[in-house]
Amino acid sequence: MKLDLKKKKLREINNTLQNLDNKKNDRDFVIINPEGSHALCAGLNQEMKVLIKGHVGYYCAGMNQKAHVTIYGNVGTGVAENMMSGTVHVKGNASQSAGATAHGGLLVIDGDASSRCGISMKGVDIVVKGSVGHMSAFMAQSGTMLVCGDAGEALGDSLYETDIFVKGSVKSLGADCIEKKMEKKHLNKISALLKKSEIKNIKPDSFKRYGSARKLYNFNIDNVSSY
Amino acid sequence: MCGIVGIYLKTKKFEKNLGKMLSGMINNMESRGPDSAGFAIYKDEAKKVYKFSLCINDLNFNKFKKEISKKIKKAKLTQISDHVILKTLEQPKKVIEIINSNFPKVSIVGYGRSIEIFKQVGNPKDVVKKFKLDSFSGTHGIGHTRMATESAITTDGSHPYSTGEDECLVHNGSLSNHNNLRRELTKKGNVFNSENDTEVAAGYVSNSLSNNKSLKDTLTSGLKDLDGFYTFIAGTRKGFAVVRDEIACKPAVIAETKNYVAIASEFQAMAHLPDVNSAKIFEPEPGIVYSWGN
Repeated sequence: MKLDLKKKKLREINNTLQNLDNKKNDRDFVIINPEGSHALCAGLNQEMKVLIKGHVGYYCAGMNQKAHVTIYGNVGTGVAENMMSGTVHVKGNASQSAGATAHGGLLVIDGDASSRCGISMKGVDIVVKGSVGHMSAFMAQSGTMLVCGDAGEALGDSLYETDIFVKGSVKSLGADCIEKKMEKKHLNKISALLKKSEIKNIKPDSFKRYGSARKLYNFNIDNVSSY
Repeated sequence: MCGIVGIYLKTKKFEKNLGKMLSGMINNMESRGPDSAGFAIYKDEAKKVYKFSLCINDLNFNKFKKEISKKIKKAKLTQISDHVILKTLEQPKKVIEIINSNFPKVSIVGYGRSIEIFKQVGNPKDVVKKFKLDSFSGTHGIGHTRMATESAITTDGSHPYSTGEDECLVHNGSLSNHNNLRRELTKKGNVFNSENDTEVAAGYVSNSLSNNKSLKDTLTSGLKDLDGFYTFIAGTRKGFAVVRDEIACKPAVIAETKNYVAIASEFQAMAHLPDVNSAKIFEPEPGIVYSWGN
């Protein structure tokens, strides 16, 4: 089913997708002419496949559950923010705070993601084929971030338990984020994510692993300068 | 919030459509700034001609025209709503003095050999319409939609700010050290007409440019001297530049084609531009100055 944002209002299109009849079998949608609209495909909560042809605005596919959303273009701030499950695939670049606070599912970005990618992520898997901007994985709590390019300043600042894998260079690590030893289970995790995101020709052992030094979990006067 | 937009034409192809392209961009940024709006359009005049963009407020235009024509010989005046473009061969210093000492109700919004500036309170769509932006042609232009935060909703508080010949600045964000900086710049001879933080940033740029620094170097040193959060677009006669502070909370996106460069707070501001879907689209990186034409 084709949905044209030049003919239908954003709210109407979101309403259609958010309130699909449970028994409906046709679950393939194509959205055209998004022209940078905000909150497109936010709050989807059923199995369906949505292709968006063009650039979108903020919070695209936010709070997603079960749906598979692919964007043939760039996305604005907060794509897939607070996603619970399903997949969101951005064919272009993503603006800041991609996958913010997301609990589950898979977010794949073919281009670059700018600052604060995966901020406060809580279980989502984020794969960025390009590079991520500064303060990515800030206060990230769980889940995995895989970056095939480089990472900007203060990667993983105030990190909890997210695993971060970066293939390229890291400009600097944030407070309490350190490079960690790569073990077999991590390599397996990387291969699984590479496979899921259809990335070939990159070897799992070409990544470096970063994680929490766990020194800032509880307040300790000796660490005061790190806060 | 606030919305900022800018467009710089790399070729002559769209010069006649510049106003239309810019008005679409401003209209689409209405949601980011419904309080007031403004724009600056650059179009070179014949040699030696200076243009003054004046806001005459509730003065009667014909009366103003009659009176100012006595003081400035051969002045050509065009009225667009409550703004007037005055063209003259007289030097800026003299014209500014005549206006300031004889017409206290008239404010000089900007002047130069290329720039024309219009700004007013009200919904951006209405502001753009009343100043007939669609009908303008030119080489580059900058626009702003304002959601007022740190100073009142007035014409003086609207952007763009022009504090030097053919210069202008629009801002999304707010500065925290503008009071100190205003005092320092006032000592150096800058004149400010409002309590607004952006006017101080514009003054900072003017001061630096008048000391023969390039726009790029000026904005780079501004990263140290201007404390706060911001995305700025600064215009000069030759082109414009964009810079985001190093934390980069305030958004910006750039679309570049072989014919133009467009900058906006959000992509939807430029969704209507020709060939935008095949443009190179990217976000300016924090703390890096991007400039065109300068």
